[in-house]
Amino acid sequence: MLERVDVVIIGAGASGGAVAWSLAETKMRIVCLEQGDWTKPTDYPSNGRDWEARQLAEFNYSPNRRARETDYPINEDDSAIRVANFNGVGGGTILYAGHYPRFHPSDFRVRSLDGVADDWPIDYETLAPYYAENDRMTGVSGLAGDPAYPPKQPMMPPLPLGKSGATLARGLNRLGWHWWPSDSAIASTDYEGRAGCINLGHCTGGCAQGAKASSDITYWPAAIRAGVELRTRCRVREITTNEHGMASGVVYYDAAGVEQFQPAEVVILACNGIGTPRILLNSKSTRFPNGIANSSGLVGKNLMFHPYARIYGYFDEVTDGYRGPGNCIWSQQFYETDPSRGFVRGYTYEFARGQGPVQAAIQGMGTGRIPWGEAHHDAYRKLFCHRTGMVGICEDLPEEHNRVTLDPILKDSNGIPAPKITYTLSENSRRMLDHAIARGTEILKAAGAHDIGSDPLILDGGWHLMGTARMGKDPERSVVNEWGRSHDVKNLFIVDGSLFVTSAGVNPTCTIQALALYVADNMKKRLATLFD
Amino acid sequence: MQNLTDDETRSLRCVAGMMIPASAAHAVPGADDDTIFADIVAGIGRDMAHVKQALHRLDHLAGDTFADRDLATRLTDIGTFQKDGGVELAALNRIVVQCYYRDDRVMRSLGMDVRPPFPKGFEVEQGDWSLLDPVRARPAFYRRTP
Ligand SMILES: Cc1cc2nc3c(=O)[nH]c(=O)nc-3n(C[C@H](O)[C@H](O)[C@H](O)COP(=O)(O)OP(=O)(O)OC[C@H]3O[C@@H](n4cnc5c(N)ncnc54)[C@H](O)[C@@H]3O)c2cc1C
Repeated sequence: MLERVDVVIIGAGASGGAVAWSLAETKMRIVCLEQGDWTKPTDYPSNGRDWEARQLAEFNYSPNRRARETDYPINEDDSAIRVANFNGVGGGTILYAGHYPRFHPSDFRVRSLDGVADDWPIDYETLAPYYAENDRMTGVSGLAGDPAYPPKQPMMPPLPLGKSGATLARGLNRLGWHWWPSDSAIASTDYEGRAGCINLGHCTGGCAQGAKASSDITYWPAAIRAGVELRTRCRVREITTNEHGMASGVVYYDAAGVEQFQPAEVVILACNGIGTPRILLNSKSTRFPNGIANSSGLVGKNLMFHPYARIYGYFDEVTDGYRGPGNCIWSQQFYETDPSRGFVRGYTYEFARGQGPVQAAIQGMGTGRIPWGEAHHDAYRKLFCHRTGMVGICEDLPEEHNRVTLDPILKDSNGIPAPKITYTLSENSRRMLDHAIARGTEILKAAGAHDIGSDPLILDGGWHLMGTARMGKDPERSVVNEWGRSHDVKNLFIVDGSLFVTSAGVNPTCTIQALALYVADNMKKRLATLFD
Repeated sequence: MQNLTDDETRSLRCVAGMMIPASAAHAVPGADDDTIFADIVAGIGRDMAHVKQALHRLDHLAGDTFADRDLATRLTDIGTFQKDGGVELAALNRIVVQCYYRDDRVMRSLGMDVRPPFPKGFEVEQGDWSLLDPVRARPAFYRRTP
């Protein structure tokens, strides 16, 4: 048996890094167990000419296609949307685009304002200082003064508008609709020892320059310097409990596949909206026959993705094409609820610049715009570097039938049951997606696009994983309390996207990390009475 | 991982050349060019099963090894195969274009620098930020909460 530690954190992704760093100042003995590896800057695809091919292979965002040793399989047969993630130090932030919007104040009051879902047990004001601290640790580029938000102050100037941004902004201005440079976790200038962005291309293969704030280069170096131990290639199977119903530690498989038991005073889960319920459900005992922390029966339920629609157009003028970063501008014209639209809640548009040469061919051929044969070359040249567009990120409402369970057959390489996702798209989401496509088409027309297309739902776009161990004050309606502690097991905490009560219509990571800092702060303030 | 058989390799080369033939007008080779095709075969990786299924389907349509049929038959079969679509077609497209569009000659013909993105990166112009003026003038419109 290994030596007992004060805190074991499971998962070294976005939230794991933030909670580790914040707790490090307590000088407690903290160990983090992460199933994946560190990624070296020289490993990233943009180091080579085959960068797009590698994004389709070992850097693919689908764990089932990537299928590295460090990945676990996911049964997605009953899901309208497929999961996207990365398993390694940095977690999903290794591949994320770095869109870094905060929630709006109204996102925490969904039941009170719109009569759907539930209110959060905390509000924007509570999280605001943690948003600010997280922005500083991460390094956010953007512009103050966005009328869609309460005041906030990014650290660095916005990423360039570029040709694509300017074209789209003109269209939005013609319609009189809101847009603003995106808050991005990408350094537009050198920041805290990290080099500024050099427009390598598309950020979702990982950033060789280190301009994109993945948590392996933001929180983790600081946490490790402050004394946290990070063990890679350690895959946790279950959380164990003692005779008092408290967590006693975790069982994991080390790099050699050997089973280990790590005893701990406190267990913190940071494995994301799929990985966390998977471990909870797999931690069964006589006292917790349906999995640990699950007296509410809500572990794994209320899974939310953000349904995404893609709307794109081709222009006579040249766009930014393969020159990045992908992030550019966003619009929140349709963010807040307007009942006349036929759905509740709303969505954000995030505008993309263009595509690399391989993606341009794949998408052009996939939609029949680029043929096989003689005509291929002319058709390709008309489209390459002439495309730009947007995605509409729709708020997904929690529904208990959308859920993570344990697959009875599928297992990972250590024999741990794999998660199975059951997810259907709601009528509200469908209407919102249709609205996003219709209005997005208007934007593109106003911007001068001559050939407009759309994907009604990005099927492999399940990159935001939320809601499967929600926070709340009522133990019957939530898994953890308003500061992240399990209602049932008083030394078990959750800090990742599972906590979300609702999903908002923006990317979640900035809120996930702010929540992790908030939970850590609450733990620090209560150290003497943490288990009361 | 399985490899392609000799017949499959010949058929794939044939398909690659039909998908993207050489073009004198654009001064580019076809995807069946020696260097590009070797790259394609080496890079099939995760798509091997679907590529084999695709080639099997083409053989089935051709009633023989696809590569051994005359051009007219092959064109008809490719037309049918493309109409049917599916993951096999997507896999064939992917494995061919992911190598074709990184070839020196092709990149040059597209006006691209023949190099990886890192470490030099690319220029992206700042753009005209005065476009933001009308939005700046707009009053805050987020919902206030009690
Ligand atoms: C392609 C892509 C683009 C994205 N773009 C954006 C974006 O622009 N903006 C945004 O806000 N978000 C984006 N996201 C989502 C973002 O990455 C996630 O929201 C964020 O990383 C989630 O943080 P987390 O801490 O909840 O989990 P993660 O970051 O996923 O970390 C979980 C970690 O736990 C580890 N783990 C899981 N199970 C175990 C186990 N049993 N034992 C040990 N370790 C385990 C995993 O290996 C992983 O490292 C994107 C994601 C992807 C994949």
